[in-house]
Amino acid sequence: MNILVCISSVPDTTSKINFTDNNTKFDSNGIQFVINPYDEFGLTKAMMLKESTGGKVTVITVGEASVEPVMRKALAIGADDAVRVNINASDSFSAAMEIANYIKQNNFDLIIAGRESIDYNGGAVPAMIAEMLGLPFINACIGLEIDGRNAKLVREIDGGKEMISASLPMIIGGQKGLVLESDLRIPNMRGIMQSRTKPLLVVESTSSYPHACSVSFAKPEEKEGCKLVDAGNVSELVDLLHNEVKVI
Amino acid sequence: MSVLVYTESWGGKFRKSTFEAVSYASVTAKVLGTNLVAVSLEEVSSDELSKLGNYGASKVISVPSINKGDNQSASKVIADLSADASVIVFSGTHTAKMIAPRLSVKLNAACIGNVISLTDSAEIVVKRKSFSTKAIETSKSNTSKTILCIAPNSFGLIENNVECSVESSDFSEKGSLSFDGQETASGKISISEAEIVVSAGRGLKGPENWGMIEELAEVLGAATACSKPVADIGWRPHSEHVGQTGKAVTADLYIAIGISGAIQHLAGVNSSKVMVVINTDPEAPFFKAADYGIVGDAFEVVPQLIEEIKKLKN
Repeated sequence: MNILVCISSVPDTTSKINFTDNNTKFDSNGIQFVINPYDEFGLTKAMMLKESTGGKVTVITVGEASVEPVMRKALAIGADDAVRVNINASDSFSAAMEIANYIKQNNFDLIIAGRESIDYNGGAVPAMIAEMLGLPFINACIGLEIDGRNAKLVREIDGGKEMISASLPMIIGGQKGLVLESDLRIPNMRGIMQSRTKPLLVVESTSSYPHACSVSFAKPEEKEGCKLVDAGNVSELVDLLHNEVKVI
Repeated sequence: MSVLVYTESWGGKFRKSTFEAVSYASVTAKVLGTNLVAVSLEEVSSDELSKLGNYGASKVISVPSINKGDNQSASKVIADLSADASVIVFSGTHTAKMIAPRLSVKLNAACIGNVISLTDSAEIVVKRKSFSTKAIETSKSNTSKTILCIAPNSFGLIENNVECSVESSDFSEKGSLSFDGQETASGKISISEAEIVVSAGRGLKGPENWGMIEELAEVLGAATACSKPVADIGWRPHSEHVGQTGKAVTADLYIAIGISGAIQHLAGVNSSKVMVVINTDPEAPFFKAADYGIVGDAFEVVPQLIEEIKKLKN
């Protein structure tokens, strides 16, 4: 089975987020980049599927050369090869178009993406790819079993879960539950050594037209400060919540 | 020209997030000087459908034969009904997030998610949550049609009674997914649209101590949530994990009990309007982010809080 895992290089979850150029661009200065956590669950699932059914795992990302360390990490975790589409995608549509174009020219049985990336949080790329290729799609996927060409899936719905069957090829947007946090893999020394010589193909962009653009960024407003209530006087807190801010 | 809103139902009923999307779409229609049409999938009674008129929908098109999870068919029917629409509004539910991007490809329309503000004019420019709520992005559509997915609980309800006509469509289509059943926790309020969320962390010391958290949530009519470590060690289900890599919370009131307030946790919850922290450690970062705080032992404070709220509610 040939599996494609879509990966985004994102600021580490502990990063403080700042902007430059008059608040129009994300400031990557001093930021540590990681595999988008939602994508890492998908990559781990892909490795498990490969180990049980055989086949190949390819990772793809859309980004400039600066994202390659994250691709190398995916290779060190165990992906067989990597593809980078050489453009800084300016919106979800452009990123989806680049990945869909690559998929059209290659043969994949299963495409796994993360539910959303933790930088721009568009959450739209996997469903857009599905539509561009006319493939079935499940988002917020928290369970996947493959038997031949048949897939049994579980997706999170608001307030519960839903069980679904589908035939490959298809695309999923994964999240925690697809595998557990404890299943995630830390690259070992052998993996890191091998990752340096595994193929990392760079393809040029087809330069699609972006549908949306960022105008500017701002930081959320800071709170005015925390009003402390004495632990022996809980009724005061209830009074404040009821009468001052009227939320209960 | 018109504004279209997708009105999601669960078991034939609309939820607050649906009426919120209609409220948002109705105000958008006013800004654009046009009328609002609602689209409903799955079986919904005409009484329930007519409630959409309370929030400004002048026309409702019901398509009972389409399963909303069948995103191939759902996006197709909404695309067919969008010929005249310049803006299409969704509430950002799990299901909407499957349909809206597909629709955007069909319509060659921008798809902007996590939206928290209205556009001022026919040139669609909105604010949205970005970088897991560590930033607010102003985003602009470059296309003649625009799809906006609003962040639940970020806009609120605006009642606006209008004459509402309901018509049914016999559109029939079936995608390639087959649906084998659902499991839902009955009576539980979902975190993403809850007005009040009671959340607890490792400070609770063990899963056996969640009784008081559930009781507090019950007296407040709140959803229960937890921090990432608590979900990872299996004290609580993953579906309760809130924060940067879990669910986002935009509640009116978020109560954090025994949660220190790591940056990843705060990122997912800090768009809540009022935040309360209860923690033994006065140095916990959550005290810098919260509006109200009690430095104290959850095992003493929470039972008192439950009693005081019961008194208030009676």
